[in-house]
Amino acid sequence: MGSKLSITLLALAALITAAQAQDKTQDKSSDVIARGEYLARAGDCTACHTAAEGRLFAGGRPMPTPFGTIYTSNITPDPETGIGKWSADDFYRTMHNGRFPDGGLIYPAMPFASYTKVTRADSDAIFAYLRSIQAVNQKNKPHELRFPYDNRQLILGWRTLYFREGEFRPDPAKSAEWNRGAYLVEGLGHCSMCHSPINALGGTSQSDAFKGGLIPMQNWYAPSLTNNREAGLGDWSIKDITDLLQTGVSARGVVYGPMAEVVHNSLQYLDDADTRAMAVYLKGIAEASSPPPASSALPNTESSLLISLGKTVYDKNCASCHGTQGEGKPPHWPPLANNQSIEMQSAVNPIRMVLNGGYPPGTKGNPMPYGMPPFAGLLSDNEVAAVVSYIRTAWGNRGTPVSAREANELRSAPLN
Amino acid sequence: MFARAAASAAVIVTLSAFDGAAAQTANQPPDTMAARVEACTPCHGNKGEGTSDVYFPRLAGKPAGYLYNQLLAFRSGRRKYPPMNYLLEFLPDPYLEAMAEYFASEHPPLPQPAPSEVSKDVLAQGEALATSGDAGRGIPACVSCHGPALTGMQPGIPGLLGLRAAYVSAQLGAWRYGTRTAKSPDCMQLVAGHLTEADVTAVAAWLATRPAPANPAPVPKGTYALPFGCGSQPN
Ligand code: HEC
Ligand code: HEC
Ligand code: HEC
Ligand code: HEC
Ligand code: HEC
Repeated sequence: MGSKLSITLLALAALITAAQAQDKTQDKSSDVIARGEYLARAGDCTACHTAAEGRLFAGGRPMPTPFGTIYTSNITPDPETGIGKWSADDFYRTMHNGRFPDGGLIYPAMPFASYTKVTRADSDAIFAYLRSIQAVNQKNKPHELRFPYDNRQLILGWRTLYFREGEFRPDPAKSAEWNRGAYLVEGLGHCSMCHSPINALGGTSQSDAFKGGLIPMQNWYAPSLTNNREAGLGDWSIKDITDLLQTGVSARGVVYGPMAEVVHNSLQYLDDADTRAMAVYLKGIAEASSPPPASSALPNTESSLLISLGKTVYDKNCASCHGTQGEGKPPHWPPLANNQSIEMQSAVNPIRMVLNGGYPPGTKGNPMPYGMPPFAGLLSDNEVAAVVSYIRTAWGNRGTPVSAREANELRSAPLN
Repeated sequence: MFARAAASAAVIVTLSAFDGAAAQTANQPPDTMAARVEACTPCHGNKGEGTSDVYFPRLAGKPAGYLYNQLLAFRSGRRKYPPMNYLLEFLPDPYLEAMAEYFASEHPPLPQPAPSEVSKDVLAQGEALATSGDAGRGIPACVSCHGPALTGMQPGIPGLLGLRAAYVSAQLGAWRYGTRTAKSPDCMQLVAGHLTEADVTAVAAWLATRPAPANPAPVPKGTYALPFGCGSQPN
């Protein structure tokens, strides 16, 4: 009798422990899913894999490239049209090595050249999250690439030149925070996909990573993240960098164009520790010495005429927000004096800002941003060139004048 | 040297920003919607009254729900005008709602009706379509939805007064060609689909000649029943 009771008790105890254990695994798996969601934000998967007014991660978003249009894939857990039949191994192979489960080559428009640095544990977490979202039955659209780029074997050549497989290896000489920042920036953040010179093959070479470049098809210049005369953040405070990354505005400048997208879909969701780690790393990679000042292609007399017309245009149209001395009202109306993103050798961004205006992204930290009107319809090519020349050279700014032709060429730049 | 002077000036400006609340407000843009929509006003007017450009529509006083629907459509690219698609791309829903409410609550006077360039016959045809429709061709009267005084109805039906003929015909054309769509069922598409090019010219011209009514505000929701359902005007 007594022993029976104790057996029952034991069994009960076992049941309870089993139940507790199950609770724990459930807990654990929901933790993993939450982590995976966070990491998917850090990787900005949604920017490419969700179409406008489309279902989350159902793909079908067109990506124009110089070689034709690529359509992103459905990565929901639908077994027929998504990745419902994939294993965690298959998924890791895609992230790490840029291959489909059958070994086929993936176009580098999917930033696996950066995601290769992601750890197996993080890849598994992202996969667990993707398995947990709503499955959407939506067939992938075939790419519209021109001959010969429609032949995936060509990707092999690109891989030989530009792809180095391998998870992130921490630098023991640096702090844990620096290494965490490096992991995020070089891996999931795929910052080098835009912030590198793009060569004719659409590749970014390792040695040029973070050196800046014109984004093909979009006509925005993604500045160097290492050069303090571009977007190198060597002389920024950590707070200004974290403000910029988390809210889209800062006392030193604001984000716009493709960078607004990055902050909107991805960076605003990173926690304070990760944002700070990225800031520490970004500040750390800025190069100490700045290169010689840029020189202008315009003759001197033309420049000085432009600049004096520019001051008139500026005082009338811009000073109400950016201040007569370019001091702005930071962070909402950004300062233009001592603002690196205006002084860069490439004048594409300031010209486009004047033509197109803009709003920084609405973020948790800045839900109702202030905006700038587009001046394309209000100013002539000559006036645009004049005002941009003025802001690039006034108040101690060390940029160079731009020509009316450059302003005119950017009128037709795509707005999406 | 110059740059360094500018930098230290900036430091002083920044420091003084923390020197008491007054300094802080002085160094910040006004915390108002008016300051936040300065990016819109060169095209739409300071109070949303419109500008001299005949394709830039008046926004003021239109139902907030209608304006909000348009902002959502521009943000997603469903309604296309690249300069606006670009501006709105990364703005969250509650902010677009606040912009819509802002312009809906402004009431600058309606513009003087413009002298018309079309013949009396054409104007008469426009008036007939707007006020009685053409049952034989399946065209309901515009007033049956846009209201007897053409001032619209809360929350989703806009008034049709104070708009230039060029704008109205461009919009009706966009519906006919499918480049503008509204929430399904898209009743305006059904209406526009039955209009000929000549109908569009006539009704747009007549609308632009209408004087401002005594009370230009949209009527409250449910004031009258629509001839058929509209996705933008939930029952
Ligand atoms: C810059 C755009 C871009 C980003 C960001 C991006 N992808 Fe992709 N992804 C693509 C494109 C384009 C393809 C299709 C490539 C091809 O067909 O070769 C793709 C393909 C894939 C595939 C293969 C699915 C299939 O069946 O075709 C997976 C899985 C995937 N992406 C997962 C992710 C995850 C997870 C993230 C975020 C961590 C991510 N992607 C971020 C562009 C992107
Ligand atoms: C109504 C206020 C307003 C006016 C007027 C205005 N701007 Fe701006 N400007 C802004 C805001 C807000 C931003 C941030 C926009 C963004 O992030 O998309 C900005 C951004 C910029 C930038 C990018 C700054 C950076 O940090 O990279 C430049 C360059 C610029 N403006 C130049 C001008 C010029 C030149 C004029 C006059 C032709 C002008 N602005 C008129 C408010 C204004
Ligand atoms: C889709 C392309 C793209 C990606 C991905 C991208 N950037 Fe950018 N970034 C740009 C462009 C274009 C600009 C120039 C516009 C601007 O200054 O906001 C820019 C500007 C910047 C600036 C300078 C802002 C200023 O005000 O001077 C910083 C810092 C920056 N990016 C950091 C990053 C980091 C960190 C990542 C990765 C987490 C990243 N970017 C990913 C395109 C991109
Ligand atoms: C460059 C000029 C320009 C700017 C700047 C601009 N708009 Fe517009 N807006 C237009 C034009 C043109 C249309 C009509 C587009 C069409 O043909 O459908 C329009 C249409 C609209 C409509 C729909 C009106 C209706 O009756 O259907 C709304 C709402 C609107 N704009 C709001 C805004 C807001 C809010 C901003 C600022 C964030 C803004 N616009 C900035 C030119 C502009
Ligand atoms: C069945 C109801 C209905 C009828 C009948 C109707 N409309 Fe509309 N109309 C609407 C609704 C609803 C909208 C708002 C659509 C949206 O949300 O974009 C609209 C919008 C419009 C607009 C856009 C206004 C702007 O500011 O951009 C114009 C122009 C218009 N209608 C003209 C007409 C004309 C002309 C007629 C008669 C020939 C007509 N409508 C008949 C329901 C109707």
